[in-house]
Amino acid sequence: MKAYLVRRGLVALPSLFVVTALVFVATRVLPGDPAVLLAGDFATPETVAALRAKWGLDRPVPVQYAVFLAHLVRGDLGTSIVSDLPVLDEILQRFRVTLTLAAAAIAVAVAVGLSAGVLGATRPYSGWDYGGMVLAMVGVSTPIFWSGMVLILLFAVRLGWLPSGGAGSWRAFVLPAVSLGFFAAGIIARQTRSALLDALRQDYIRTARAKGVSERVVVDRHALRNALVPVVTVVGLEFGRLLGGAVLTETVFSMPGLGSFLVVSIFKRDYPVIQGIVLWLALSFVLLNVLVDVLYAALDPRVRYA
Amino acid sequence: MRPWIHASATPEATSGPRPSPGVLPLRLGGGGLALAWRRFRRHRGAQAGLGVVLAFVLLAVLAPVIAPYGPTDADLERRLDPPSPSHWLGMDQQGRDLLSRILYGGRISLTIGVIAVGVAAGAGVPLGSVAGFRGGWFGGVLMGFVDILLSFPAILVAIVIVALAGPGLRNAMIAIGISQMPAYARLAHAEVIRIRAEAFVDAARALGLPEARILLRHVLPNAAGPLIVQSTLNLAGAILSAAYLGFLGLGAQPPTPEWGTMLSDGRTYLQTAPHVAVYPGLAVMLVVLGFNLFGDGLRDALDPRATQR
Repeated sequence: MKAYLVRRGLVALPSLFVVTALVFVATRVLPGDPAVLLAGDFATPETVAALRAKWGLDRPVPVQYAVFLAHLVRGDLGTSIVSDLPVLDEILQRFRVTLTLAAAAIAVAVAVGLSAGVLGATRPYSGWDYGGMVLAMVGVSTPIFWSGMVLILLFAVRLGWLPSGGAGSWRAFVLPAVSLGFFAAGIIARQTRSALLDALRQDYIRTARAKGVSERVVVDRHALRNALVPVVTVVGLEFGRLLGGAVLTETVFSMPGLGSFLVVSIFKRDYPVIQGIVLWLALSFVLLNVLVDVLYAALDPRVRYA
Repeated sequence: MRPWIHASATPEATSGPRPSPGVLPLRLGGGGLALAWRRFRRHRGAQAGLGVVLAFVLLAVLAPVIAPYGPTDADLERRLDPPSPSHWLGMDQQGRDLLSRILYGGRISLTIGVIAVGVAAGAGVPLGSVAGFRGGWFGGVLMGFVDILLSFPAILVAIVIVALAGPGLRNAMIAIGISQMPAYARLAHAEVIRIRAEAFVDAARALGLPEARILLRHVLPNAAGPLIVQSTLNLAGAILSAAYLGFLGLGAQPPTPEWGTMLSDGRTYLQTAPHVAVYPGLAVMLVVLGFNLFGDGLRDALDPRATQR
């Protein structure tokens, strides 16, 4: 197990390195000079040059990259051009909001998706099944920002039950989590349904039924436990997608998370911040993938740590 | 007797490459296409999806004819007017007819979808199939890169690319294409590896055919089915991504009547004039739902093994 974790981590390292290189090169090669942009319309060439020197933008790109990497391994992501604060602090502060949102959304998605999937698989081709599958299809097809807006319209504007934005209290997370979770619920429902249907067709289920085990126990203990293995993978992958989708939800609900921060930084061409966020997210996804693999192996004894 | 032809991957069952003397001919009689069509006909959701897609294509093509007003014609007196007999979906924040803008917007969304999927397939399929066909360290390194890209959510890849390349419709299309590319590469890779092991590839090798010809004429046509299903589903994803980018201000720029951009502009008036934001979003949802349903049914029809029933 330990050896597996170590090897899995080693495999992840080069991908992180490739990401740093790609992001770094892309931010330097593409048009748009942050120094010119931030100095303003009336800046003298001297001001621009001074800004460039301050951020090290006047040095050759390979040198900039070496400096960047040297700082990176020490956990230093540089300082924001806009706010002059350390990028890592800015990220950590906002990542809490994004992580809370994604966790709440995946909880909604698992609760809804799992129930709909089990309901459908245990009563295949019934009204429940069709209803669930239609809902799943609509969920997958609904734009995240649209469901968010409709929820705001209904529950914040019309009914006034919940706040339409921010991240002040848990109530502010309800609508965004439902909006974001609805999207993933469809995929989880479909995966659960097909995996459970598959499991219910196995011989050991017939054996269990022949022994006179109640249907509830057959489904819960025998079938669902086996069906959950692929579902866990999907939940893990969906969690990653929700972290990405949070960019939209945070924008719709004006939440101070990492996603909305990324969008704002893009418009301000705050390179250190864009770079930092992308790297941070890359690290999150790599970790998440490792976690899913480990969980998969733990759930299914047939998967060896080989 | 051509036992190596799979109903799941018959080129004629799709609009894939035409058969030519070098291609394995398809048995249509009682075979691939007819069977796939029968399965498709039984799939009510798929038919509904195809209907929705065709309706949107028709509306987009005919937009200049059927749209009651021009997409940028503004009547400032009637800004944010709710739906009325003369303006079925109401007016937007600049006094433009929302229905007309949504109809024209369909042209943009569908174009983005097709071009983005073209970019994705055009880059991903050659990459994945060559990596799969050649194998070895070359294929390993290639797929290693693909896996790195694949570990990121597509929408985030697209956002980052547009962020770096600059906002705009053209960059958005390319970015969405690149973000979908790894999925194609993965699928093509898997398909090619599966087909590579078939006896007819050995037969082609034994005949002394050049590698490129074996890949293009014998292997890839048999992978066409799954790739076309993937493309249908990717069209849904690309249209959704384009709307997301437009919504974030990174895609099409105003006054282009792009659905995501329209929705983003209308968001400010959510309290007073919700129709401005709600209808463009509904259009996105419907067309994406159409493609998803259609793609789902197509997969069930072309690949019986994928069917869950």
